[in-house]
Amino acid sequence: MTHDNKRYVERDRNWHPPAYAPGYKTSVARSPQQALVSMQMPTASELTGPDFTHLRMGLHDNDLLLNFTHGEGLPQGERIMLFGRVMDQFGKPVPHTLVEMWQANAGGRYRHKNDKYLAPLDPHFGGVGRCLTDDQGFYRFRTIKPGPYPWPNDMNSWRPAHIHVSVTGPSISTRLITQMYFEGDPLIPLCPIVHTLKDPLAVETMMGRLDMAHSRPMDCLAYRFDVVVRGELQTFFENQ
Amino acid sequence: MNQPNSQPASELMLRETASQTAGPYAHIGLALAAAGIPTRDEEIWNEMAKPDAQGEHIDVVGTVIDGNGDLVRDAFVEAWQADANGDYQPDYDLSKPFNNFGRTVTTFDHGSEWSLKTVKPGGVAHPGGKMMAPHINLSVFARGINIHLQTRLYFEDETEANRECPVLSRIESDNRRQTLIAKREESEGIVRYRFDIRLQGQGETVFFDF
Repeated sequence: MTHDNKRYVERDRNWHPPAYAPGYKTSVARSPQQALVSMQMPTASELTGPDFTHLRMGLHDNDLLLNFTHGEGLPQGERIMLFGRVMDQFGKPVPHTLVEMWQANAGGRYRHKNDKYLAPLDPHFGGVGRCLTDDQGFYRFRTIKPGPYPWPNDMNSWRPAHIHVSVTGPSISTRLITQMYFEGDPLIPLCPIVHTLKDPLAVETMMGRLDMAHSRPMDCLAYRFDVVVRGELQTFFENQ
Repeated sequence: MNQPNSQPASELMLRETASQTAGPYAHIGLALAAAGIPTRDEEIWNEMAKPDAQGEHIDVVGTVIDGNGDLVRDAFVEAWQADANGDYQPDYDLSKPFNNFGRTVTTFDHGSEWSLKTVKPGGVAHPGGKMMAPHINLSVFARGINIHLQTRLYFEDETEANRECPVLSRIESDNRRQTLIAKREESEGIVRYRFDIRLQGQGETVFFDF
């Protein structure tokens, strides 16, 4: 299998957050000080990646309203659908790719042994989902809108409501973990993690947008979040 | 010369969705057992090679260390490697003896080490024509890491191949090259390679852009 005529559009590392972003205090001791070593000639190791078409999913893996109920009841909070399309920078849909997500409950509490926030756990909510995109690159989840929560950064830092979204894409070069925020949340412009991005347009790429057309009357609202992964290029000429 | 209505080619492309840190609770989404929550029937985890996988069976272990020399106990690491023959088979299927992809984490348990059960990868050809030394691609995500860090693990007993590897050769500093070489240990018949990832400062691991 040769990958020699395939490339991905270079990552714009001024668009992405820098490693060192002192307003986000944990990054200070976890950011490399040396320059990244650029691979001008990516190899099969970088141009390939896992395909999860044969990972067996459970019936409710993408339905957070039902995947932690133990058959006893529904979680508390705003019922929402979260859906969108994964595509590359040329607008090409990315079908059958793994999308994973995790989040806090309606009160901003994570079901993780290290989260000691005083807001209670919801006995019917786990906060984990996964699915594959369909033939057109669409993914969908049903969940509860997460609550904001405090964290020890500045004297009084609060994360905006957010859902962590992880996308594989066709190669380890396209691999991306991001966070989706809810448009209009006044905590967004105050957040040191959002502030790691220099360009306000880059922040816009992380907004989930209210989508009334796809909301279900008397049932749940919908938020749309499209994810763009690096564009795949074919090189026009071989070497020599 | 810009014509009226002309756009630079870069503006005809969509912008990549911006990266954000995986945060302190990535394990609940990507490593459920480590977060102490119930697992699903099939999880993507760290047993890349089952006992019947072809090749030399090895454990790969390590820590992640921050700029203060302290252990990072909430890292999430992904591995991508060729099989024993140097091939990449993308299809992830837990019924196969070997998968090229794996995931592992550091927590407060197990000495805050991550670990992978795998086989030693074969060499992979570089597009320039030479062979690359056997290596495992690793991506590191964690709280405080705004965009994941990409590195490669090489094996200390592949001296000759490492010397010839066109990717390792791209690293000018010999001291920095050494940060990518995993150390071989053997105990009770198990071959183990140790690879500590230093995020910052003294002995900082080489991270790649590709």
